[in-house]
Amino acid sequence: MDKALTQTIHRALTRHANSQESLVEMLREINAELGYLSAETLGGLADALKLPRSQVLSVASFYSMLDLEPRGTHVIKLCQDAPCHVAGGQEIWETLERELGISFGATTPDGKWTLLTTSCIGACAVGPVMMVDDDIYGNLTPERVREILAQVADQDRAGGRT
Amino acid sequence: MIRAHVLISGDALSLSRGAEETRLAIEAELSFLGLDKEVLVSYTSQVERTDELPMVMVFPEGIRYGSVHPEDGAYIVQEHLYKGRIVEHLRLPPEILSGHIVHIPGKLGALYAQKRVVLRRAGLIDPTSIEDYIAHDGYFALGKALTEMQSADVLQAVKDSGLQGRGGAGFPTGLKWSFAVNQPGEKYIVCNADESEPGTFKDRLILEGDPHAVLEGMALAGYACGAAQGWIYIRGEYVQARERLEHAIKQAEEYGLLGDNIMETGFSFHIHVHAGAGAYVCGEETALLESLEGKRGTPRIRPPYPTVRGFRDQPTLVNNVETLANVPAIILNGSDWFRSIGTHTSPGTKVYTMLGDVNITGLIEVPMGITLREVIEIYGGGVKNGKAFKCAQTGGASGSIIPAALLDVPMDFASMQAQGASLGSGALLVCDEDTDVVDLAYVLVRFFATESCGKCVPCRVGSAQMLEALERLRKGYAKPADLQRLEEIATHVQETSFCGLGQAAPVPILTGLRFFRAEFEARVQA
Repeated sequence: MDKALTQTIHRALTRHANSQESLVEMLREINAELGYLSAETLGGLADALKLPRSQVLSVASFYSMLDLEPRGTHVIKLCQDAPCHVAGGQEIWETLERELGISFGATTPDGKWTLLTTSCIGACAVGPVMMVDDDIYGNLTPERVREILAQVADQDRAGGRT
Repeated sequence: MIRAHVLISGDALSLSRGAEETRLAIEAELSFLGLDKEVLVSYTSQVERTDELPMVMVFPEGIRYGSVHPEDGAYIVQEHLYKGRIVEHLRLPPEILSGHIVHIPGKLGALYAQKRVVLRRAGLIDPTSIEDYIAHDGYFALGKALTEMQSADVLQAVKDSGLQGRGGAGFPTGLKWSFAVNQPGEKYIVCNADESEPGTFKDRLILEGDPHAVLEGMALAGYACGAAQGWIYIRGEYVQARERLEHAIKQAEEYGLLGDNIMETGFSFHIHVHAGAGAYVCGEETALLESLEGKRGTPRIRPPYPTVRGFRDQPTLVNNVETLANVPAIILNGSDWFRSIGTHTSPGTKVYTMLGDVNITGLIEVPMGITLREVIEIYGGGVKNGKAFKCAQTGGASGSIIPAALLDVPMDFASMQAQGASLGSGALLVCDEDTDVVDLAYVLVRFFATESCGKCVPCRVGSAQMLEALERLRKGYAKPADLQRLEEIATHVQETSFCGLGQAAPVPILTGLRFFRAEFEARVQA
């Protein structure tokens, strides 16, 4: 295991006093730091907590906010529940697939965008709603979606991100 | 000396609509006019309506301005705070606080009286300030309980109040508490803030708008049940609410209102925050406890109930955010006061999130027993675009589909149940005449199929099969046998699923069929 990974795991363990009860929170923190949870990461954490690797994998695969594979630079999560659906979510779904040229669950070949669905994020009064990384965008229309995608891409160019 | 207080809505939605820029403009104008020493500016959580954000409130007058853009903010400072003239064109209609709603004639544009118990401070105080909370009777109930009441008196007051669980089930809160009281072992109080029902975000707004009320409610529960430790299990997605809570806990500890030896009475109560990681089923109380212990959030068999064997196998009381937020007011004002609100079988108020095809969406708190028609007409400003009401979906995905025939049924736990419907978790998704009920049922069942934890067969396999059948109906190639089979599976899933999630999964289909059978039948191929 490389040193950076060991350190990341070690820091999470220290923050939570090596408590098995904090497994879910540690996984979230490591996920946030590394982008996803590799088999190596899960194994390292399991060994440190003296838990079976199978148990750590079963926990990591259970929660939707934990990623078991690498995601694109930007992760889009569209709410697909009833309040957003009633407010026109289907059209937004189609717009996103068309604009990015991928279907839900996939990542663009250039590794820039990952398109996912999410259950309710509690912003229903302004549905349809999507999250781009940590930002919530509401009252979506197809035009608004195109604007947001362009805006994020612009920021990347300005910030030197690929 | 501070002569006026300007509150700006600072929730995530307001911020996304430029509340920060509005605040900066207001502060710049105040300092330009030399008013910055006498006018205090702060953020609050605006929880009332979402169509006029960012909102600015000026106290002591209590004037509320809506959709305040930066240039409007500067103008309000010049006119209202400098020249003393209210800016009428930006002003929102006043909120009339009249108590009980018996009958309010329809009037356009005004926001009518709500009966506020849980949300009485939300939007009026700065939720990051414990001083604001204390100035509005905060921690008075805890002080009263610890100095004037025995723990049994607190329990009795909650029992007498008739408070019922606000998470959806409506179980008598006092009774639940008494189950925990009589158990041996180290006890825990757990606040269920894993609000994940689609369309429901009342708990988030309570936590963001008045976090201390929930903490005080937990401490009172701890005192009544003999617990010294509390956990708040909050949805992983609720980042701001979590920060508010952690900040509030720290403040309360500094003031000696939480932690060891509270108010020097010898009572100690510690609260910890634990964030989830995205799983609807964790709102089920035994699944929540599994998750709190760092495991997969799959439900446990009941009995034993958590009040007997819960967190760490110890007696654990699990209560919803809104339930706990009611407790301080009950202790402070007495159970008779609480019983004077709402209906005989369901005292108190209920917080709803109103969504869908209504003119005004957002959060309301109204007395139990108000009808759906009143809610839609008075608070929702009627159905959008003058269309006709078709149905409403209550209580998130596990709620019922309610047809127009039930518009005048009082909304309380017992009355709704008598009609075969459920009050649920507090969402009101209003659908107009254009709504396709089969499509709506499909979307609701899809949610359950996605969120099934996979532990039991009826829910895991049944929800997938129901979804397939609905898909065939939706696309128009279902045979009469498919509809019959859908109904059979739905009944089986409801009767045999392990936990409440699975038992609720078929509810959209069953209530949809009960009230709109013809629409399902019309989709079947002859």
